[in-house]
Amino acid sequence: MSAVAAHDDHHDHGPAKGITRWLFTTNHKDIGTMYLVFALIMFFVGGAMAMIIRLELFEPGMQFVDPQFFNSMTTMHALVMVFGAVMPAGVGLANWMIPMMIGAPDMALPRMNNMSFWVLVVAVLLLASTLFMEGGAPAAGWTLYPPLSLQAGNNLAFVVFSVHLLGLSSIMGSINIIVTILNMRAPGMTMMKIPLFCWTWVITAFLLICVLPVFAAAVTMLLTDAHFGTSFFDAAGGGDPVLYQHLFWFFGHPEVYIIALPAFGMVSTIIPVFSRKPLFGYSSMVYASASIAFLSLIVWAHHQFTVGMPLAGELYFMYATMLIAIPTGIKIFNWTATMWRGSLSFETPMLYAVAFVIMFTFGGFTGIMLAAAPTDFQYHDTYFVVAHFHYTLVVGGIFPIMGIIYYWLPKWTGHMYNEKLGKLHFWMTFFSFNLTFFPQHFLGLAGMPRRIPDYAIQFADFNMVSSIGAFILGLSQLLLVYIVVKTIKGGEKASAEVWEGASRWGLEWTLPSPPPYHSFQTAPEIK
Amino acid sequence: MNKTKALFLSLTLWIGGIGNAYADFEMNLVRGVTKISQANYDLHMLIIWICTIIAVVVYGVMFYSIVNHRKSKGAVAAQFHESTKVEIIWTTIPIIILIGLAIPATKTMIEMDDTSESDMSIKITGYQWKWRYEYLDEGIDFMSSLDALSNAARQRDSDVDPTTVPNYLLNVDNPMVVPVNKKIRLLFTAADVIHSWWVPALGWKKDAIPGYITEAWTNIEKPGIYRGQCAELCGKDHGFMPIVVIAKTEAQYAEWVAQQKTAAQEKAGEADREWTQDELITRGEEVYNGNCASCHQAGGEGVPGTFPAIKGSAVAMGDLEKHIDVVLNGAGTMMPGFSSMLPADDLAAVITFQRNALGNNVGDSVQPSAIKPLLGDEDEDE
Repeated sequence: MSAVAAHDDHHDHGPAKGITRWLFTTNHKDIGTMYLVFALIMFFVGGAMAMIIRLELFEPGMQFVDPQFFNSMTTMHALVMVFGAVMPAGVGLANWMIPMMIGAPDMALPRMNNMSFWVLVVAVLLLASTLFMEGGAPAAGWTLYPPLSLQAGNNLAFVVFSVHLLGLSSIMGSINIIVTILNMRAPGMTMMKIPLFCWTWVITAFLLICVLPVFAAAVTMLLTDAHFGTSFFDAAGGGDPVLYQHLFWFFGHPEVYIIALPAFGMVSTIIPVFSRKPLFGYSSMVYASASIAFLSLIVWAHHQFTVGMPLAGELYFMYATMLIAIPTGIKIFNWTATMWRGSLSFETPMLYAVAFVIMFTFGGFTGIMLAAAPTDFQYHDTYFVVAHFHYTLVVGGIFPIMGIIYYWLPKWTGHMYNEKLGKLHFWMTFFSFNLTFFPQHFLGLAGMPRRIPDYAIQFADFNMVSSIGAFILGLSQLLLVYIVVKTIKGGEKASAEVWEGASRWGLEWTLPSPPPYHSFQTAPEIK
Repeated sequence: MNKTKALFLSLTLWIGGIGNAYADFEMNLVRGVTKISQANYDLHMLIIWICTIIAVVVYGVMFYSIVNHRKSKGAVAAQFHESTKVEIIWTTIPIIILIGLAIPATKTMIEMDDTSESDMSIKITGYQWKWRYEYLDEGIDFMSSLDALSNAARQRDSDVDPTTVPNYLLNVDNPMVVPVNKKIRLLFTAADVIHSWWVPALGWKKDAIPGYITEAWTNIEKPGIYRGQCAELCGKDHGFMPIVVIAKTEAQYAEWVAQQKTAAQEKAGEADREWTQDELITRGEEVYNGNCASCHQAGGEGVPGTFPAIKGSAVAMGDLEKHIDVVLNGAGTMMPGFSSMLPADDLAAVITFQRNALGNNVGDSVQPSAIKPLLGDEDEDE
């Protein structure tokens, strides 16, 4: 204990020098930065895979890759984007900002924080290593449905262990976030006063702890089916392949909200600042987030309407799924009401936030269409679904992350980013995203199944449009890297408040830009 | 800002312009040729119109705000942030709308689920990567795979231009033929992995799951050719197992049934006669290209780590009995048993081909009559 006491004596030491700063750090900002950099790298890795997919789909015929490799690309693109890019980015932002938003010096469990990051890196490397194996990377889709996933060679075991580690990392991260928010709030900051970003993260963390063990169990059963002679998912041995789908989607559907809920928090953070008006319906936003999380746990089988469920099952899952529209609608209306009669300005973060509200609403509409069980018998497993989930996951996950990065970047670096370039990045992303994914709705409705490497001639035109959009979307993201690197290196000095009147909205704006290594050494008083 | 607006306007016009130039920009859900597909189309349009109305209201308010409540226009922010009344209103209205949607959706769902009182039944089995159709009342049984022309054009080193292939990737060698205006019960299962049988014009898809039987029904109202594809990722050639349904009038259908039965009888005789080795190899090459080449490759070289080579392999060069066993009963998780998929003459032919071609030269051959007793009661072993 004396070591701890001695450590406490000189609180204001800075970061360690060299590589050890990053390897052994327990500082929430350093870990947050590592998460964000890692997520950015994976964003480009996953993006490169998407480029390969869209290149092959540019025109009919097989020009560039084999069908098996194409399937590996769709599988790995999803896994890398979900587990390597979007989720780590969310955790990175939570790490960086939650202590600063609640007036704490650091996260509650700093050593576990370090471990959860490095476990993530190992997990993703394990997953990526399958790309270089004989027989290739997993190609059964990110859902890993058996029996197809059991036909894989050696990669299955690697994917399963990677999922175990990813789960471990996320659960440790979640525990840390929950403990920090419940215990380390500044005096006077009650739960109903914490920023919505913190609320959505607490709810997300609970969701993660609920569903990740189920996913880990499901993939473990895949592993024993493949290598230890069990028949959980093999009808010949008394098992059921559809059982896996139930287990997977019990995790998989909440996973969607694990990505979206923190993003809702980010949008709720941005819109009031640039509307110069408090968030409309704070408490209803909290309740709506909690309702969405709860509902997400009881609607999973709407991903499986066509597996031959009994009528009662089809109807239950249809009704339960439709219910999600209600709390989601409340959120959309609250954001709109926040902007209403505000004093709006459209800096890059606000552009991303408003684009999110508009396009996520659109993704909600296609969501209602998919929720209607009979019409889902047409839409299911087509490009309509691909379009839908990119409108909800890219717009619902990545757009807010982009917005919030521009929003907090001046705080992190102490420099203003180039607003002109930021806006250019937004408009390029917005335009090319819609060019890529909007036509995919039409492709799906016209009958193009998803996950096919080649297609009938009548789908050629929209596929070409979509591919062109995807290439622009991919290239545009290089601009983000340029802007971020340039802002880190220098630029106009940012004030503590950065955005006009921002200190009214959050404690993080009362700290200097960049903030001290240990955020709040003395807890601020909240009135 | 004006520049941005102009840019957007010109882009919209540009996209609209493409729409006029090409006929193939199909944009809406297929209306189809059954009551269910029509019901689903109507439900689809109903939801679209409701969403459009919601969109006009929500986006309208938002854009009004974006245009008028700007700081640059001197807007001063109001500070209201709560109203239980509006929260209740915008919770209640969506509930009412959703109930309005759930009613027609429930009706259609109940109708889709009712497979009772059908006039005939067809069992459809998904294989990697083809479909098998068994007409339970007629005893007709055949495999259906991608047509040869599409198959040639879809290869990576192919010099056939896909745009010159009629119905590229949507054509099969043996289509499923059905009569119009009959309620047909369809039973789905799979031999290896999960597949999904989808013909958009019929209005639904259904998963085919190994070890389980799922049911659906259809009643096609208009004679015609309807095309679809496997919709559930089922491995390497998932994109290359189309479905073709031909709906015929009752008289034409009866004619087709009679033809199929005669052809089946003729084929049955083939298995009993003596074949020369050359005959077997010639037939074997066709069978190999249709059934084996997608994994073991056209030259028999296989894919290292995934699909073993046949060229120079221990099985194809070794003991004949063992070779027959692997082909008939399968091996590992990927190699299916072909005993229920191919007739005895095709099996004998392909085994003989594998032993005497693709760089192999064992020299022996096997007669269909020797294979036939090994097949047993092939229809009962599913």
